[in-house]
Amino acid sequence: MSAGAAEIVPGGGLELLDTGTEISARSPLQLFWRRFRRDRVAVASLLFIAFLVVIAIAAPLVVELLGLPGPYTQNPNLTDSFGSPLGPSGAHPFGVDQLGEDVMSRVIYGTRVSLEVGIVGTAIATVIGVTLGVVAGFYRGWVDTLLSRLVDVVLSVPILLLGLGIGAACAVRGCLGGTIQTGLGEILFLIALANWTYVYRIVRGLVLSLREREFVDASRALGASDLRIMSREILPNLVAPIIVYSTLLIPLNILLEAALSFLGVGIRPPTASWGQMIAAATPIFNTAWWYMAFPGIALLLTVLAFNLLGDGLQDALNPRTAR
Amino acid sequence: MTRYIVRRLLWGVLLLIIVSALLFVMFRVFPTADPAKLRAGRLQSQKIIAEIRVNLGLNKPLITQYWIYMKNLVLHFDLGYSYYSNAPVKSLILERLPATVSLVLGGAVVWLVSGLGVGIISALRPRSRLDRFSMGGALVLVSAPEYWLGLILLYVFAADIGQVKIFPGANSYVGLTSDPVKWFTSLILPWLVVAAGNAAIYARLIRGSLIEVLGQDYIRTARAKGLTERRVVLRHGVRSAINPIVTILGLDIGVLLGSSVLVETVFDIPGIGRLNFDAITHSDFPIVQGTVLFAALFIIVANILVDIAYAYLDPRVRYS
Repeated sequence: MSAGAAEIVPGGGLELLDTGTEISARSPLQLFWRRFRRDRVAVASLLFIAFLVVIAIAAPLVVELLGLPGPYTQNPNLTDSFGSPLGPSGAHPFGVDQLGEDVMSRVIYGTRVSLEVGIVGTAIATVIGVTLGVVAGFYRGWVDTLLSRLVDVVLSVPILLLGLGIGAACAVRGCLGGTIQTGLGEILFLIALANWTYVYRIVRGLVLSLREREFVDASRALGASDLRIMSREILPNLVAPIIVYSTLLIPLNILLEAALSFLGVGIRPPTASWGQMIAAATPIFNTAWWYMAFPGIALLLTVLAFNLLGDGLQDALNPRTAR
Repeated sequence: MTRYIVRRLLWGVLLLIIVSALLFVMFRVFPTADPAKLRAGRLQSQKIIAEIRVNLGLNKPLITQYWIYMKNLVLHFDLGYSYYSNAPVKSLILERLPATVSLVLGGAVVWLVSGLGVGIISALRPRSRLDRFSMGGALVLVSAPEYWLGLILLYVFAADIGQVKIFPGANSYVGLTSDPVKWFTSLILPWLVVAAGNAAIYARLIRGSLIEVLGQDYIRTARAKGLTERRVVLRHGVRSAINPIVTILGLDIGVLLGSSVLVETVFDIPGIGRLNFDAITHSDFPIVQGTVLFAALFIIVANILVDIAYAYLDPRVRYS
């Protein structure tokens, strides 16, 4: 089906004007959505993500319904005399860890951290990146030069190392007299600090070409202010690409949080985070495979769902490159 | 071209100076913890702490401290001394460099060969079953955390704890010069892990790029001339589709040299990443600071090299 083809109005024939049916052009966003809807894998990923969001929000309820102990309930009776945890069983489908905590319960609670970091962190970075990108692309000149140089500086330190550095510097008694503590807030800050650059580059490039288009000239001729042109004329054209690229950033940020927690500079116990669970499983994974396996599978499926969704959105945005 | 390179180098030096200043702020201004106390370790007497404060120059104003730090860095490439072991950070990093370089470059060979191979075959038959299967597999590999993949490989294959004891497990690394065979076998699993995610990304990239190139007019011309399909694909198609790969290859190697910490931690390889990880557990700031600065250096150099290489590879690119 060719994109943008007008629908044939039933019974309308040539007398389009008499049918009474209003024919309106589809906005780019509607076309985007129509193409996306036909991608079954991407829609399934979206549903899976929605399912994860529900689990994350209703984690206490889900754990209750499954009849599992809470994520912080330690039960020393669940480890054998050598301190090795017990494997999967009816009462503990994913087994328990060294402290006798239920792994499934912790995996369910771990969804909260991952989604929070992935979605909230990316959203903050996207807002900053879009704002600065539109301003730099629209005004060009020194604003653009300054911001683009700043991007170079940020990108010359890998985000994982930046996270390790901040984590190490603030681990002992926080940073700046204790105002910055390691943990969720610090990771969100880190993601915002590093990720706005990717959004910025893409948005800036798009705005550089959009600002030369006729509809911008037309708007200006009508007396629109710069702010109005940026927010009402240029921004709507950016919505689809912004959705696509920020969706592609989410899985990277989920992996980043997991990696930092794995290295011991991210989310700290007792809060359940998949990366930190894998780290805690590392010394005993040859005997307690379940403790390593299930958080990893949860992480893999979540990241995969976001990647598939991002791919589907990208194909819907650029139909010509679709597979 | 020469002017471009010079300008690029100057900007690279400036970038390094900016990054080193930021790192100074991060490790000297930000932390609440007192470096002198961290340096003192278990010898927490007032006298010793005061002595260390003078030795590290912590009693001087921040701006003077920064000046000394920069002077040592620029004149002697001196990154300071470890709080924990007292060893100079520069030599600690240089000692660890061979292991990291072995890991990263070997991994790069694996991911290039496998990624390009799979990607090219996929591009020749887009939408075929093979293509769908390999692209699906690629997406799974991209989504898997590498340290977790490493643990799984160890669980299955490691000689000490694995179910099928084939490859040497963690902490089996030996230097290339001391025993080349052991060096190679001990790195097989780490190379696979480093390569997995990147091979997948490269396969996806070369596939997309090659499909686009194969649709171009000059490919039709080449076929019309009667060239063999092999020649058309490799000499005309891949030759031009590979340019974007070269760009990211340089950058990926640059980034990975600085941030191979995850794989090195899982496999216990004594490289820069492992050094960094151990330093973090001891709050050994000079080492963390030094390794991050090193990583930035790798990335900046890789960026410059890639830009220059690009001009040679793609005749359409001309810098002025």
